[in-house]
Amino acid sequence: MANPTVHTFDAVIVGAGGAGMMAALYAGKSANVAVISKLYPTRSHTGAAQGGIGAALANLEEDKWEWHAYDTVKGSDYLADQDAVDVLCQDAIDVVVELEHMGLPFDRIENGRISQRRFGGHTNNETNRPVYRACHAADRTGHMILQTLYQNCLKNKVNFFDEYQVVDLIRVDDTVRGVVAINIADGSFHIFHSKAVMFATGGWGRCWEVTSNAHSLTGDGAAICMRRGIPMQDMEFFQFHPTGIFKLGILITEGVRGEGGVLINGEGERFMERYAPSIKDLASRDVVSRAIYLEVQAGRGINGKNYVHLDVTPETVNHYFEKDGEDMRISREYIEQKLPDIADFTRTYLGVDPVKDPMPVQPTAHYAMGGIPTNVDSEVLLDAENRVLPGLYAAGEVACVSVHGANRLGTNSLTDLVVFGKRAGVRMADFCDSAELLPLPDNPAEEIMAEFDRIRNNEGNMKTYTLRDRMQKTMTANVSVFRVHDQMAKAINDMDEIKTDYTRFITVDDKGKQFNTDLLEAWELGCLIDLARATAASAIARTESRGAHARDDYPERDDDNWLTHTFATLQSDGSFELTYKPVTLGRYEPKPRVY
Amino acid sequence: MQVNIKIRRYNPEKQAKAWWGEYTLQDCSRTDSVLDVLHRVKWEIDGTLALRRSCAHGVCGSDAMRINGANSLACKMLISRLGKEGADSINIQVEPILGLPVLKDLIVDMEPFMEHYRSVLPYFINDEPAPADGRERLQSQADREKFDDTTKCILCAACTTSCPSYWANGKYVGPAAIVNAHRFIFDSRDEAAESRLNVVGDTFGVWRCRTIFNCTNACPREIEVTKAIAEVKVALATGKV
Ligand SMILES: Cc1cc2nc3c(=O)[nH]c(=O)nc-3n(C[C@H](O)[C@H](O)[C@H](O)COP(=O)(O)OP(=O)(O)OC[C@H]3O[C@@H](n4cnc5c(N)ncnc54)[C@H](O)[C@@H]3O)c2cc1C
Ligand code: SF4
Ligand code: FES
Repeated sequence: MANPTVHTFDAVIVGAGGAGMMAALYAGKSANVAVISKLYPTRSHTGAAQGGIGAALANLEEDKWEWHAYDTVKGSDYLADQDAVDVLCQDAIDVVVELEHMGLPFDRIENGRISQRRFGGHTNNETNRPVYRACHAADRTGHMILQTLYQNCLKNKVNFFDEYQVVDLIRVDDTVRGVVAINIADGSFHIFHSKAVMFATGGWGRCWEVTSNAHSLTGDGAAICMRRGIPMQDMEFFQFHPTGIFKLGILITEGVRGEGGVLINGEGERFMERYAPSIKDLASRDVVSRAIYLEVQAGRGINGKNYVHLDVTPETVNHYFEKDGEDMRISREYIEQKLPDIADFTRTYLGVDPVKDPMPVQPTAHYAMGGIPTNVDSEVLLDAENRVLPGLYAAGEVACVSVHGANRLGTNSLTDLVVFGKRAGVRMADFCDSAELLPLPDNPAEEIMAEFDRIRNNEGNMKTYTLRDRMQKTMTANVSVFRVHDQMAKAINDMDEIKTDYTRFITVDDKGKQFNTDLLEAWELGCLIDLARATAASAIARTESRGAHARDDYPERDDDNWLTHTFATLQSDGSFELTYKPVTLGRYEPKPRVY
Repeated sequence: MQVNIKIRRYNPEKQAKAWWGEYTLQDCSRTDSVLDVLHRVKWEIDGTLALRRSCAHGVCGSDAMRINGANSLACKMLISRLGKEGADSINIQVEPILGLPVLKDLIVDMEPFMEHYRSVLPYFINDEPAPADGRERLQSQADREKFDDTTKCILCAACTTSCPSYWANGKYVGPAAIVNAHRFIFDSRDEAAESRLNVVGDTFGVWRCRTIFNCTNACPREIEVTKAIAEVKVALATGKV
């Protein structure tokens, strides 16, 4: 095969979602930057985010960044690092304003300021009532963020390499030298030689069967880093969003409940009143997902099946508003205006009109709280002692700062993307100012090219989709909302077998070069398998229940032993070494979490 | 139910000419999308089938294609909408969108489309200093509403590649570029309406539109594309936005 083309930049950013493009805008102020993305930037999954971006602008009522911080820490079940959370919530206000200055068309309230809505777990800390904090553009906030950032990148002439897929990181001891990528259009390999590298490749919800995540969310960046010796932090914490469309997993934003929608079980009961008496349907996602599971388990799903109803019809919503002593009342037109995309999804995929009928929902695999460990400047950490790998950065869903701890609050991911994407960009520009461009090692693409040749030419009998299906089934059955030792042990076993089968028997039909998505999907499956294994290995070791990690055999949170972050490092024999780092506490002492 | 799907195939590495691939699938469900069916063909029958897709629910704009003769997103077109009610088999025909060079199977070269998009200065321009209080610029709800519809565009190209004027002459900027020009021209905070009107008022701009409405029918985001084009025409004619 031809020698790879070499491109030289100060910095390469892998991923063009919210985190990657925000970083590009800032790094590009002084450095020569390339943004590499396997999708056209505007097709990144940031565009699917619906409900809003959290920032205590206080446009509708009193709010403070400290309340936002407390809610985030409480939502995280006290696993978030409180210094990082302070940065998130303080910076959030300025960054949201900055997005507006970049042209983002937020919805407006009467006085012309940015509109805000209620969202799960966000409260007025004095009254404990839900607070208007989620800044939004209808129910397509992520779409508007993605479009606005892309537009500003075009304006600033950012160098995009669209439909190039990064497949390896060039690391020499404790330095980085660039990445290896494939040009999807013609299958050619390219080396991007640079002083700095940033990963902003998003999540890996495709490890599970029912997910809100795009087909492209296969965790490539995390898997690449893990294979190059970077530990993965807090992998056991994967969020299941309570309201995915039954069977399809397509997300129905929490904004629906923010506008007054309620969850109803098979007996017609608004069951969240029992689980979270004060904020009910707007409790944290882990709490609501567990409640749905328990209702279904107790035979109170709709018609005894494994789903419940999410009801946002004005009749129901207004009934509960009245019951709760709220002044607000809503109409059909209001729902259509505030939630047009949701209405479109349920009409298209379910034939259900949400202003007239309730929607069938079940928990859906949604968000990776864990990932590549970083500090608040988005620099990647090599170990639990906070040693930095100079020149390597990560932000967005692929990273773990950690601001989400054991459970992320809705609207805090978009905030995370822009806050820490920006910080990565600023830091990277500084780094590139003073750092030397270190030489490339000999044949930096050799190893990964050989791996692709192996997959392409392997004479096995197992196709990608059969192995993927096996992985998704075991992860869904054994490492999801509720967990117990024996089931996780089974998942570990199954995943080891799947990994072996993948290595020995994977086969692809397409042996060509151009748009060989068959081959790329097979490689992506390898990434998912490694991440699923890291998840199960981290989960079985944590003998407590915290946030999204809920164990039947260890139902209590154990602050004496487990106020720690897990670092899982892949070993050469395929096993994981687990080490732990204490959580950074601060103003908020861990206490029982009631909603 | 059974699905008989005919897919326009093309792989220049193998064969210079395009051909029709015909596949039969059993046990499809009425609620499957065309993307689900294409995935089954790719995964179970022929892995060489090439298509773009990502979100699978109509928000990323990857999988615009010509399905039974009309443009839509494969992931948003349920197969039940393509067959007769109660039928136990459905015939589907899928081709790449028209008017852009086909690279492989259902994948087209998006670059000419993106070039037109970039030509309308699709980014916010306002060189005035931001408010001194460090807060957001203000905008009334009524002003915000004026361009709400055109903010929904996901650049899928379904509109432009369903437009006979675009097929006739690829230099026409096309409906998608005009939609994105509209999004900024009618944003009360933006100051570059004039420059954009110059671009879309050019000979290869809005006047090529013959109000055929294919674009509006094709748009998976239900943007009233023809209306947006008309509003731009009025702005050009009257000099007022
Ligand atoms: C349906 C849905 C709704 C959501 N709603 C909200 C919400 O209302 N509020 C909120 O705060 N959060 C929400 N989230 C979460 C949030 O949207 C995501 O966590 C966030 O957008 C992730 O952004 P990102 O920049 O990290 O990655 P993404 O936007 O996923 O982008 C990943 C990028 O990496 C690129 N990439 C990946 N692998 C490679 C590779 N190997 N080589 C090159 N490029 C690669 C992709 O092309 C893409 O550009 C939602 C998530 C979903 C799924
Ligand atoms: S206007 Fe509609 S059809 Fe045209 S590119 Fe945008 S979303 Fe697609
Ligand atoms: S796959 Fe995203 S629009 Fe169809």
